Amino acid sequence: MASGLINANPVVYERKERQVRSSPTIINENAEELIDQQEIFDYIRDIQDPEHPYTLEELNVVNEDSIEVNAKQNTVRVTFTPTVEHCSLATTIGLCLRVKLMRSLPSHYKVDIRVAPGTHSTEASVNKQLNDKERVAAALENPNLMYMINRCLESAYCD
Amino acid sequence: MELSDDRHMELREIQKLEGHSDRVWNLAWNPDSTSPPMLASCGADKTVRIWQQGTSGSWVCKAVLEDSHTRTVRSCAWSPCGKLLATASFDATTAIWRHISGDFECIATLEGHENEVKSVSWNASGSLLATCSRDKTVWIWEMLPSSEFECVSVLQGHTQDVKMVQWHPFLDILVSVSYDNSIKVWAEDGGGDDWNCVQTIDEISSGHTSTVWALSFNSAGDRMVTCSDDLTLKIWDTSSNLQGMNGDTDSCKLWKHLYTFPGYHDRTIFTVHWSREDVIASGAGDDTICLFYESKEISDAKPNYKILLKKEKAHEMDINSVQWNPKEPRILASASDDGTIRIWELSEVTR
Repeated sequence: MASGLINANPVVYERKERQVRSSPTIINENAEELIDQQEIFDYIRDIQDPEHPYTLEELNVVNEDSIEVNAKQNTVRVTFTPTVEHCSLATTIGLCLRVKLMRSLPSHYKVDIRVAPGTHSTEASVNKQLNDKERVAAALENPNLMYMINRCLESAYCD
Repeated sequence: MELSDDRHMELREIQKLEGHSDRVWNLAWNPDSTSPPMLASCGADKTVRIWQQGTSGSWVCKAVLEDSHTRTVRSCAWSPCGKLLATASFDATTAIWRHISGDFECIATLEGHENEVKSVSWNASGSLLATCSRDKTVWIWEMLPSSEFECVSVLQGHTQDVKMVQWHPFLDILVSVSYDNSIKVWAEDGGGDDWNCVQTIDEISSGHTSTVWALSFNSAGDRMVTCSDDLTLKIWDTSSNLQGMNGDTDSCKLWKHLYTFPGYHDRTIFTVHWSREDVIASGAGDDTICLFYESKEISDAKPNYKILLKKEKAHEMDINSVQWNPKEPRILASASDDGTIRIWELSEVTR
């Protein structure tokens, strides 16, 4: 393994079985379809880690419990756990989560991305940066960063 | 308009302006009273749009300024005479446009900031321009008679991204607000050859506990309001002689905390603007516009600011800018992530 990796030997977890979503027997076309935890998790679980050929699910950076949804207020909160406390890629992972949800969810959804409390040495500053939409907008105009994010978002698994 | 506690006001949408293909960041009304009302808007689609009210009363896009900025246009500001428009961009430059009989010509590009320029503001006489950037600095530019611009000062002091700069309505006093949670007041020193920070308002001085996004002065220039990611709006007051602020550093700790509005917005408050008729408008990430006024009812000899109305779902997404029309102070414009600009009228509810 190449030296200089931020987390040279990450713990890899098994991917959970994909649940088949049961479709309701009576479809009410007028009913608004509410977005739930599982749907959000399905959007983000296969995002690839910026430095390892594993998904965020496999590295336990995100799981179902990382996601809080308030479908009525159109808010989603994702709390992710960096693999190591000093992970300098925490902001990049957070941006990947934000971009993926920006592309997947209806535009009026409000998304908050946070580092799990006590799991990162500069937690407050990472959180502040990830939730400053002006800085996020400026970052996403950076072609090198967007290249890296798009690479992470090219799903490692095709279901 | 006499605002009192027993009146019921409404904010009625007059028109929705569509044209930007992405988030609209900022708005500026042309202050020139001799020309028809004009509104400039700018956004993530890298363009600036000029909207004008036609004879029918409806607003139409008169000009699109493009090809000057290569990235998001974050901020725009008219010079006090209304002949020049300054636009600040994430491409690290500020462009100056001259407006002659409906045409806009880019006459200067101000370069120097290391990265994204976040805000631009003209002083009252139109001789000075201030810009601020993610590079943590505030720059003051002087307009020379040849219409060239020269940087006369680089102000350092903020420890993070500077979000907005705003000149005092009639004095050469500049206020900046930042991602470092602080508000800084800048004035020229006694010798008149350099600019200094004369006051820093931070958490210890009853200031904000997270990013300060915007500020606005009242027209008398003795109060200002700031808004923040901490979900509060704060009013600052100076009862001292403002003229004395220039150069005299010791007596410059003048802005004092007067009032904090808590709990009216559920998400980051991105914009605030104080009308000529003393109505404060705020816009936030909760898609809501709130209006506030100072009640005449005295309570404990303290200023008594109250909410006038709360307009929920004013836009479909975050509200980034609210601006009162300087000539018709009941007309408000708002800009949003939803790509639209809306023109509103504040009026009394008739029953």
